[in-house]
Amino acid sequence: MLYRAEITIKLKHGMLDPEATTIKSALKHLGYDCQSVKQAAVYELELTADSRENATDIVNGMCQRLLANPIIHDYDIRITK
Amino acid sequence: MNIAILRFGGSNCDLDVQKALNNLNVGAELVWYKETLESFDGAIIPGGFSYGDYLRAGAIAARTKIMQSVAEMAADGKPVLGICNGAQILSESHLVPGTFTLNQYPKFICRWVKLRTFGESAFTVLSNALVDLPIAHKEGRYVADPRLLKELYENDQVVFKYVDDKGRPTLAANPNGSLDNIAAISNLEKNVLAMMPHPERASQKLLGSADGNAIFESMVRYIKAL
Repeated sequence: MLYRAEITIKLKHGMLDPEATTIKSALKHLGYDCQSVKQAAVYELELTADSRENATDIVNGMCQRLLANPIIHDYDIRITK
Repeated sequence: MNIAILRFGGSNCDLDVQKALNNLNVGAELVWYKETLESFDGAIIPGGFSYGDYLRAGAIAARTKIMQSVAEMAADGKPVLGICNGAQILSESHLVPGTFTLNQYPKFICRWVKLRTFGESAFTVLSNALVDLPIAHKEGRYVADPRLLKELYENDQVVFKYVDDKGRPTLAANPNGSLDNIAAISNLEKNVLAMMPHPERASQKLLGSADGNAIFESMVRYIKAL
């Protein structure tokens, strides 16, 4: 069955995010004063799997083996049909 | 003696490393990542921008088959040196602990730094206490959690730190926001070194410093003693 996966990869809580800090100050220059800005990477992919659980396992493997760096990242996986 | 210099798509300091080794009368062969690593005494992963630094610097090169051979070489006790992008590849391969990520000020930095040598590794036995080497990177900020940092000190795995002229690891001497001014880290066995500075770019007086040679010479001495 074809599944759609949305993977969000974020820096772990408390990790320094220099790009987000720069974006925050650029927003401030435009008059938007934000308390905080965070950045994340989103991957959307389609894959064939036997079940939703199977699809989750496969995508979890992708995150652990390549897409995320466990030292600095947390990730969320959302699977839809 | 024959040292392998790995080449990935986007490696660009390979020839500089080969020249630095050849100037020291050390045989060094360029090895494309699809080739094998049999019959080499050690390996160097040179700097560059493998696979465009896509995803994270070093992430894609770290997942190539040749890196499994590098891991085997390391497990056999042979010396493996990763310079700049090579250091990022080693950390992404988990051959050294921790990781190198985006500089605190998220910009590419290219300049000379002063480093202090700590501990004993296969690459520093001939190194002076203070050395001058250049850095050139955007993702060179060393990151490790507090527990790992403690282990690194307990096991003597911190090899170089960014320091001031007096050898002190001050905030001002830290070019990229690295944890505790760490510029280079080794594995537990001290035969794998991941360093952000470029020793091959400081291999002749003409280039501004020849301090980098001691790193290659130490590696050679280590191989001869194996």
